[in-house]
Amino acid sequence: MTEAAATLTKKDFQSDQEVRWCPGCGDYAVLSAVQQVFPDLGIPKERFVVVSGIGCSSRFPYYMNAYGFHTIHGRAPALATGLKVSRPDLEVWVATGDGDAMSIGGNHLIHTLRRNVGLKILMFNNRIYGLTKGQYSPTSERGKRTASTPLGSVDNPFNPLALALGAGATFVARAVDIFLPHLKDVLQRAHRHRGSAFVEIYQNCNIFNDRAFAYMTDKENRETAIVHVEHGKPLVFGEGKARGIRLEGLRPTVVELGDGLTADDCLVWDETDSTLAWVAAQMLPPELPTPIGVLRAVEAPTYDGLVVEQIESERERHGEGSLDELLRHGDLWTVGADGHIESAGADDEAPAG
Amino acid sequence: MTVLDSPSQRSHEPARERYHEVVIRFAGDSGDGMQLTGTQFTNTSALMGNDLSTMPDFPAEIRAPAGTLAGVSAFQVRIADHDIHTPGDAPDVLVAMNPAALKKELGDLKPNGVVVVNTDEFSARNLTKAGYEASPLEDGTLSGFRVYPVELTTLTRRTLEETELDTKTKDRCKNVFALGMCYWMFSRPLEPTIGWLERKFAKKPELVDANVRVLKAGYFFAETTEVFQVRYEVEPAKLAPGTYRNVLGNTALALGLIAASRRSGLPLFLGAYPITPASSLLHELAKHKRFGVTTFQAEDEIAAVCAAIGASFGGSLAVSASSGPGIALKAEAMNLAVMTELPLVVVDVQRGGPSTGLPTKTEQSDLLQVLFGRNGESPLPVLAAASPKDCFEVAMEACRVATRYMVPVVLLSDGYIANGSEPWRLPEVEDLPDLRIDFHTRAEGFAPYARDSETLGRPWAVPGTPGLEHRIGGLEKEDVSGNVSYDPANHQRMTDLRAEKVERVAREIPPTEVVGDPGGGELLVVGWGSTAGAITGAVAAARAEGLPVSQVHLRWLNPLPPDLGEVLGRFRRVLVPEMNTGQLAMLLRARWLIDAESLSKVQGRPFFRQEILDAIRERTAGTNGGPR
Repeated sequence: MTEAAATLTKKDFQSDQEVRWCPGCGDYAVLSAVQQVFPDLGIPKERFVVVSGIGCSSRFPYYMNAYGFHTIHGRAPALATGLKVSRPDLEVWVATGDGDAMSIGGNHLIHTLRRNVGLKILMFNNRIYGLTKGQYSPTSERGKRTASTPLGSVDNPFNPLALALGAGATFVARAVDIFLPHLKDVLQRAHRHRGSAFVEIYQNCNIFNDRAFAYMTDKENRETAIVHVEHGKPLVFGEGKARGIRLEGLRPTVVELGDGLTADDCLVWDETDSTLAWVAAQMLPPELPTPIGVLRAVEAPTYDGLVVEQIESERERHGEGSLDELLRHGDLWTVGADGHIESAGADDEAPAG
Repeated sequence: MTVLDSPSQRSHEPARERYHEVVIRFAGDSGDGMQLTGTQFTNTSALMGNDLSTMPDFPAEIRAPAGTLAGVSAFQVRIADHDIHTPGDAPDVLVAMNPAALKKELGDLKPNGVVVVNTDEFSARNLTKAGYEASPLEDGTLSGFRVYPVELTTLTRRTLEETELDTKTKDRCKNVFALGMCYWMFSRPLEPTIGWLERKFAKKPELVDANVRVLKAGYFFAETTEVFQVRYEVEPAKLAPGTYRNVLGNTALALGLIAASRRSGLPLFLGAYPITPASSLLHELAKHKRFGVTTFQAEDEIAAVCAAIGASFGGSLAVSASSGPGIALKAEAMNLAVMTELPLVVVDVQRGGPSTGLPTKTEQSDLLQVLFGRNGESPLPVLAAASPKDCFEVAMEACRVATRYMVPVVLLSDGYIANGSEPWRLPEVEDLPDLRIDFHTRAEGFAPYARDSETLGRPWAVPGTPGLEHRIGGLEKEDVSGNVSYDPANHQRMTDLRAEKVERVAREIPPTEVVGDPGGGELLVVGWGSTAGAITGAVAAARAEGLPVSQVHLRWLNPLPPDLGEVLGRFRRVLVPEMNTGQLAMLLRARWLIDAESLSKVQGRPFFRQEILDAIRERTAGTNGGPR
């Protein structure tokens, strides 16, 4: 940690660009959270890079006073992979949306996660295409009436957490735009994770899909519709934490505490247990409370780390390459000034067969 | 091949005939090892000092059904005692390992050419598979050729009788028997191939032993039987003094990229997705990690180029390599590099199109795609390699321009160059161009889109540099500040600046070299890319006939050489041979309003020298110096 890094504040990460999201957009809250978290990570400002794709949330880099790259639709994870692999010293964050990451960029997302590239991916999920004025997205619920689906959409949505888990993501979390302290905690956890961190952020689009998450974010619903998952702690929720989640087989069920049932009898969260992560990802309303927090966090080798390791071990074994030797590789012959021809060595390389 | 001298034949010794050059084609089933046989013959000939040029021709299927026409794999090599530019039009000698190979390749053989056939494979079943109703060995199909029927399989098995190998393994050595015969026929030594076998099968001594036995058996069979009456000799060529190696186009390209990395001090990053015929670039670069090379096999073509752009942003020498279908997928990302003005080299090893087209066959039909196949006004520099060894220089040049001008550059190669080989005189490392560039580090007065007054390149300010935090992206940039801008006048200015930057590359293009009559004349043949060899050969032959023809070969397709219009104007007619339907011809017509004429060939294989020579003769007939 440098001196400069130690004294950074939120202000240091605010760019001089006017923020142009719609008034009331959930993106403001996420921007604020990130700007509050970055100064505390102990990393010099110049080492932060924010990479985004296309969509409302992908304007994110312009508002961050860091290195930034607003790329093309869906490709942020791919571009960020090239950056992180070639520059593992950088702290690379990706800002993307549900359309950007799960539709046009779905392939890049799943492959980035399976490789475990050291990127922190924030997926703003508002379940709608906002920038193109309100078409249904790959996370919109079936039956969604939008400009492009006047009779209601007929396709099933992705479950982003399940998709990330299926791709082998080593860190999977869910947060909500308006729960600032929780969001900041999750972002810090994502930063500390080595490898890919996938964070789904429920984000309200107050223009095209207002109140999409009101069932759980309205004050009167929060206690009953949300359950916090925290490593080592039981899943309890509801007013006065009067309810809990237990497993019947692999099926999560809601139980009322009391009558001999206590929090200790509820499912205790283990973020290293893949099966539990899968169970939580499938907890859907209205039957079950929506889990938020870190569902899965496991240590695994990172792609960028392994790439560097290979290069370093090759250099240890064979030394740094000499360009002259490289060119003079293969069956060589010399032609003398007098036209005399002499074989000048050979190698063990097999020609194309 | 023209016989130079043919000493009278003595009773027990074959005649020795000297030739200036010979073209040999090895053809067999995909599993018969024809590429390997051809490569060995080539390497041995290189060590004998011949100039040479090779062309493999293999099917897209890895193993098409055995014995069928679809499964025929061929390798053509031309060896000469003088400077040559192509693998030759028609073979003088055809080695056919089965009926399908004979059927597919015989049509190309010169009249009175030599055919060596493996008669063991001419069973009724194999004849049917190849589409022969009767055996071509007996029905007169081969009259007009000098045929050497050999029981290759039987002889190979007999040679290995005493070994423990199973029959299948024994039969796999039959190509080596054929190679041994060819070494005798063309008076080549066995040692280079024996040495190679010892290295290749170092851990399997029984295979070294078997292959060396079979190689020698083939050689001595040719020497002792009465079948072969003639030995061919091709003297060494007079090559410039120096150290040489035989190099494939894609290998030379990979080496050029590594050389550029070393000479620029930038780590090399390749983003690629497997595609024929570009994959061997990925394979070659993946072997050289100790040079600090990162190869990223991406999930798709788009990710491959995007990752390269990310690496470029981070300060790497970034490359993405593909072929036509992949380039189509990369178009949007290439435009991101155009807009963000980041250095990037995109290699297009062209193949037959459209769509999946002819994956293993060659074509030059992506020129207009790489020039114009993106949305908006999207100029970028484009240059093309003319031959396998030229790939090395062109790769370095592409990297130089990309980093100096801060611009994506397209490097065009094609399947013919990528898989073809020729002797390459190795450069001295200290003579290679110095490609060092400086990242921008000064925070004071930094503006992401300020420009170098000479190149118009913007500063390369890589993440990690204190005080230079800035944002770039695909939205239109405000001049100098790089902020997002929708201002009408600014868009005009930036569009003009991006075009002007590419045009400025022309300042560094050397004056156009006219081979023939620099002062002008009747006919100018203009080419680009891999047609270089056939055009050079044809123009030289035509000029030897006294025909008034000259040649210009372009390395730069965008920008075009600034003096080219004036050069074209010195000639009454302009002919443009291309393996497409006239793409450069169209550009020349559009740019200079001249009546450039296209000579088109889209058959998945290169021009024959003869085809271009015929076209020159037609167009110069009746002119001064031409035949009347």
